[in-house]
Amino acid sequence: MQQIIYFFQKFKYFLFFLLLEFIALLFIFNNLNFHKSKYINSANRITGSLNTSLSNFSDYIELKSKNELLSEENTKLRNRLEKNRFLLSKDSTIIDTAKYSQKYTFTQAKIINNNYSKQFNFLTIDKGESAEIESEMAVINSLGIIGITENTSKNYTRVQSILNKNSKINARLKGNSTYFGTLKWNSNDYNTVQLHDIPRQAPLKIGDTVETGGKSTIFPEGIPIGIISKTNQGNTANSELEIQLFNDMSNLRNVYVIKNLHKIEIQSLENMGNE
Amino acid sequence: MNKSIHQSLFFLFLLFLQVIVLNNINFFGYINPYLYIVFVFLYPLKENKFSLLFYSFILGLSIDFFSDSGGIHAFSTLFIAYIRLFFIKVYFRKTPLDYPFFKLKSESFGKVFNFTITLTIIHHLIYFSFANFSFQNLSIVFLNTLFSSIFTLILFFLGTYIFTKKE
Repeated sequence: MQQIIYFFQKFKYFLFFLLLEFIALLFIFNNLNFHKSKYINSANRITGSLNTSLSNFSDYIELKSKNELLSEENTKLRNRLEKNRFLLSKDSTIIDTAKYSQKYTFTQAKIINNNYSKQFNFLTIDKGESAEIESEMAVINSLGIIGITENTSKNYTRVQSILNKNSKINARLKGNSTYFGTLKWNSNDYNTVQLHDIPRQAPLKIGDTVETGGKSTIFPEGIPIGIISKTNQGNTANSELEIQLFNDMSNLRNVYVIKNLHKIEIQSLENMGNE
Repeated sequence: MNKSIHQSLFFLFLLFLQVIVLNNINFFGYINPYLYIVFVFLYPLKENKFSLLFYSFILGLSIDFFSDSGGIHAFSTLFIAYIRLFFIKVYFRKTPLDYPFFKLKSESFGKVFNFTITLTIIHHLIYFSFANFSFQNLSIVFLNTLFSSIFTLILFFLGTYIFTKKE
């Protein structure tokens, strides 16, 4: 017994040090795991409100350029709307089906904290459970995809950026072909991401557009991602493509969170098992 | 009493300086200084190490909260807090009797420089290794460590130069 007490006496600092290091390691490993990162993240009340007040301040500086971006998007959407109205007015039967088969809802949100210089990057947005935002919803803006929601608190949500080494998103080549692959990031440059597993017979060239594939329940299909900036075709087994993003990930403000209304239906169908 | 208030204000100052200003510098796109480790350099020397270990852990963890990095800052800050006494013995040749009178300001520049550069590089190396979390891209880890260390040390020496009262 005396030996044990003596041992604790002698190594008390080291043991305390080990205990705290162990706690820190626990947090680190939890943070790397998509579903377990509950404790240490910026979507809580204190960090959220500080980030909000900071972004309110910087909003003023970027007001002009953001307004231009939004009005540009407005014109684009107005044009599309007019096109649809013209189509719909010709055939009245389409109107009803279009009205009642809504699949996605969009929620507007604002980014209050943005990381892009690390290997595992996250964003924080200023909408949370009170705006019906849940885990695993898509986050986009007018230029392209941004990430997937992860942790939610009452008023804030943490978003796993596409600039995160854990991020995997289904993507395809735009056009008539339906060749698809997986979008990942190798943490080298925040302007480029990598598209893996595109089949070798897929016809592609530098400058082709890449968009989301719609093979997951998170992203709707056809949301732009970027253009191919480098191909690795030839005699190599490596079929990795470099994608130049449309978005400047270091300069983001207004985003949309997309909710898939059919998500539960699709997932219950896929998880039925082999009976 | 006065001293502990001073310490806690210093703690909060470093935390908010790091979170609000320094985390958003992104010099050349990715270089950030991590000046908050100055807390570990300047914390008064004591025979009892519990308080330093605890406060540096809390400081690291608070910065983790704001920068979404899990517990990486907490881990690396705690590590340099634990090995600080060893390097003080090595560089400044102090015995426990000298601890209450020890002040980093009154030591010669060369010794302080060696001391801070060692702890800074150890901290940054641990931080960037964990942030990278793989054995690929090791060159990026070393480059990040080098550039960020230089940045941090420049800020530290500028800060001490500015805030030291002239006699």
